[in-house]
Amino acid sequence: MTDPVSNKTVSIVIVSHSADVARGAGEMVRQMVGEEVAVAVCGGNPDGGLGTDVAAVMAAIKSVWSEKGVAVLVDLGGAETNSEMAIEMLGPGRAEHVVICNAPIVEGAVMAATEAAGGSDLETVRETAEDFQA
Amino acid sequence: MTDAAPNIAWVTGAAVIRDETGLHARPAVKVTKLARRFSSAVEIRGEGQERWVNAKSPNAVMKLRAAHEARLEIRAAGADAGAVVAALIALVDRNFDD
Repeated sequence: MTDPVSNKTVSIVIVSHSADVARGAGEMVRQMVGEEVAVAVCGGNPDGGLGTDVAAVMAAIKSVWSEKGVAVLVDLGGAETNSEMAIEMLGPGRAEHVVICNAPIVEGAVMAATEAAGGSDLETVRETAEDFQA
Repeated sequence: MTDAAPNIAWVTGAAVIRDETGLHARPAVKVTKLARRFSSAVEIRGEGQERWVNAKSPNAVMKLRAAHEARLEIRAAGADAGAVVAALIALVDRNFDD
């Protein structure tokens, strides 16, 4: 397994069907919240089309692994089920430190990262993302 | 939110929002992040607004919708109340470093 990149803040993973959406959402988090929260994004299938990929989600989670946990933001259908599968495949010891937030992908990612930047725990980060209302 | 507790000694301040779109998303995040560096309770509201909101809550600050040229009112209570009010006024005066 990879080394932890951060133990101070919860990390964020963005999983979209579209590589462009994932990249753009990640860029919004970096510009609006800053660099202190680790963000990984993944989107699209291996052929460059729309879709999500379990292995890519796992790799994204591992790339920003934090002992404080990882909050995952997803868009539609398969993004959620593939993320659930990816989390399960991380195995015990890791899987329980990763949550999927029931929040809109872009807004949820910004809110989650803002909360995480203050050092909040995973449950608080999830709550802030899920409390978002436009 | 805490208007029912008149015994709280608030340190207050205000600064005018210069950004043409008001307190939009990016500045809102900056307000929240700055407020969280202090231990005091910190609340803000836009000029003419009745309700104070928790400046440390990203969701609350994002929804505040304080407009361009409006005064952002700030109040804090706690050990570092003066410092956080001063820091937030400075942030608004710097136009959120945008």
